[in-house]
Amino acid sequence: MAVPAEHHRAHPGPGEYIKIAVILAVITLVEVAVYYVPSLSGALTPILMVLSTIKFSMVVLWFMHLKFDSVLFSYLFVGGLGIAGAVLIALLFLFGASHTIVPGAA
Amino acid sequence: MQHAHPAAHAPEHETTTGLDHRKLLMWAFLGSDCLLFGALISTYMIYRGRSLAGPFPNGPEGVFDIPFTSVSAFVLLMSSLTMVLALAASQRGHIRGMRVWLIATALLGTVFLGGQFFEFTAFVAEGLTPATNVFGTSFFTLTGFHGAHVTLGVIILLSLVVVSLRGGLPKEESLTVEIAGLYWHFVDIVWIVIFTLVYLIPAPLPPHAG
Repeated sequence: MAVPAEHHRAHPGPGEYIKIAVILAVITLVEVAVYYVPSLSGALTPILMVLSTIKFSMVVLWFMHLKFDSVLFSYLFVGGLGIAGAVLIALLFLFGASHTIVPGAA
Repeated sequence: MQHAHPAAHAPEHETTTGLDHRKLLMWAFLGSDCLLFGALISTYMIYRGRSLAGPFPNGPEGVFDIPFTSVSAFVLLMSSLTMVLALAASQRGHIRGMRVWLIATALLGTVFLGGQFFEFTAFVAEGLTPATNVFGTSFFTLTGFHGAHVTLGVIILLSLVVVSLRGGLPKEESLTVEIAGLYWHFVDIVWIVIFTLVYLIPAPLPPHAG
């Protein structure tokens, strides 16, 4: 059975890589800064999750070239990542009740 | 300034997918490695606030040193830049530049590992070992596995440098550098997740903890 050959676009050059790295560094700075702002403590988790997701995506799309390479690579990676995320969410629901088991407690 | 490169690496042998099997295998491995780290991160998230006795991740008895870990995270992030610059040099046939960037990446990885060793020893000095409480067990297991991945990555990078010095890794074999780079970037993205979920998002404190 014939399968379409690899179709992908040109990889970026060093200039674009450096731009991406600068953005990643700035996001990391913002993450740490947000951690130390007391007024943002209520929204800390969602803010950090969004920033972390942006960093993760940028590394995967540009540095790992998923944005430019064959979609089959994306299927392989996102498939594993999706199952891992589903396992994480399922386990947190199953065991995530905010209580501590104290010996001797009824 | 844009220096575009043809991303296509025609496989040396014909394959059913038209893709190089080595690169396909690496992506399949990385997809499966997501499951390993997903399990370890899940375990940490479940247990981190359930220790009966300290030390705890944060709070009055917290052990985390956020400024120090932030620098470590930054170092590993920048190692991804040097890695991709090594690949760009390899694709251009700049073999000397490739070696320099590979060595820089290995050095940054080693700095990260040194920071992790320092952090571990500091935690042990504060009374947190893998046997102290469930936070310690799950924390050391998760970050230890990540450290093992970084260590393997450094070995792979230095191996590439040695192969290159022996006349290997010409421009035509830049795919080998790209595959090693995929592994290295994966190690970086795992730390992006760990840095946020483990270090920056505060763990709930047990009711009896100060």
